[in-house]
Amino acid sequence: MSPALVLATARRVLLQLRHDPRTVAMLLVVPCVLLVLLRYVFDGVPQTFDRVGTPVLGIFPFVVMFVVTSVATLRERSTGTLERLLTMPVAKLDLLGGYALAFGLIAVVQSVLAASLCLGLLGLDVQGPEWWLPVVAVLDGLLGMALGLFVSAFATTEFQAVQFMPAFVLPQFLLCGLFVPRNQMADVLHWLSDVLPLTYAVEAMTRITSGHLGGVFARDVAIIGAASVLALALGAATLRRRTP
Amino acid sequence: MSSARAVEIEHLRVIRGGVEVLPDLSLHIETETVTGLLGPSGCGKTTLIRAIVGVQIVAGGNVTVLGKPAGSPALRRRIGYVTQAPSVYADLTVMQNLRYFAAVLRAPSRQIDQVLNAVALNDFADQLVGRLSGGQRARVSLATALLGEPELLVLDEPTVGLDPVLRHDLWEMFHALASQGSTLLVSSHVMDEAARCDQLLLMRNGRLIASTTPDELRRSTGAEDLEEAFLRLVKAPA
Repeated sequence: MSPALVLATARRVLLQLRHDPRTVAMLLVVPCVLLVLLRYVFDGVPQTFDRVGTPVLGIFPFVVMFVVTSVATLRERSTGTLERLLTMPVAKLDLLGGYALAFGLIAVVQSVLAASLCLGLLGLDVQGPEWWLPVVAVLDGLLGMALGLFVSAFATTEFQAVQFMPAFVLPQFLLCGLFVPRNQMADVLHWLSDVLPLTYAVEAMTRITSGHLGGVFARDVAIIGAASVLALALGAATLRRRTP
Repeated sequence: MSSARAVEIEHLRVIRGGVEVLPDLSLHIETETVTGLLGPSGCGKTTLIRAIVGVQIVAGGNVTVLGKPAGSPALRRRIGYVTQAPSVYADLTVMQNLRYFAAVLRAPSRQIDQVLNAVALNDFADQLVGRLSGGQRARVSLATALLGEPELLVLDEPTVGLDPVLRHDLWEMFHALASQGSTLLVSSHVMDEAARCDQLLLMRNGRLIASTTPDELRRSTGAEDLEEAFLRLVKAPA
């Protein structure tokens, strides 16, 4: 792995995004608009916004990075640039690292914007240290990116890649404990939610709201990190230099 | 002309999607030549090229490139590969594409201007590749393959969609590169390009039907025109 190539790849991905300002604007603005929407949906019950707002702050970067990465990687596969790169002296980790760095930076900007909006204008009430909000949100974004990279290997068209969002993300969304506490779900679903990474992303965000940042919080953050690394490793395994 | 071999293939067998595309192919390519790979579309040219570049999963046989098994990590710096469809980033400018690939290949940045010159795209350096014509895009892809001064250049139909003047210039460049020590393998399904090659490999249905030179091909088939010569060879019973 070469830091120079990671940087070159990250720069290239960001330059590609710069030629697509509409996508950048949507990446940054849409989560903020949705949070404003959420705030006024719960206008009469501000304590519900306090409970739901933080997890949603973590779910947005996860979902957005998942979609953007899976489409970007699929494009790289289908236009032949990936095959060309893999005939060149570049390590798979250089490419993955470059993608992670570029989209990670986007996730940082997106998370800081969304968290500042919630804490400032929208009056989100958080007991724990507020700076943890963007930190965990960025981790969630990286997790979404790693998963998106992995599943893009199973899509052969952009239609399929986009459909992976409802297929992979919505079940996690339903089971993560945001709608119903996990211990009230059917046992099978509870066990299932135990192995889905978004569960821990939401739990970590909830702990910041309540201010209980003990060992469970540390464990949650570690699980998010480990799941990201695992998904990246699986994603790396799907980048083949030789194909049928 | 040196007699060293840039590519040596023995009994190559490739199966794609359940179909035996290359049943048993043996051939070699000499260094410092421009070798044309010709044959009707679907005859296995691209599969052969993929096997040489080392991106094709093969079912059997040996492919040795520049003295090493095809696909060896050490070869990644030494081979330039242009796929049929231009594989460059449409949402980057010509310059941004070349800068990125030059970084990957650790090619000095002065080479970027050289390759831009070689494919006559200097005036388009800051254009978005997605806004260029098909022929211009193909040239960006070719320019990318020239970065790093590869010893072996493998070009899959690089002149499709290019005007005659540009095609002429590119063939001049191919020969200039060969005289500077590179080896070029250029596939085409247009026979008038065969006349421009030092060596010819003619394929049909996944088999090599001739490894020859343009003059020899004319002599052996008795046809003056290479297109006619090729047709006689293709129609002859195998």
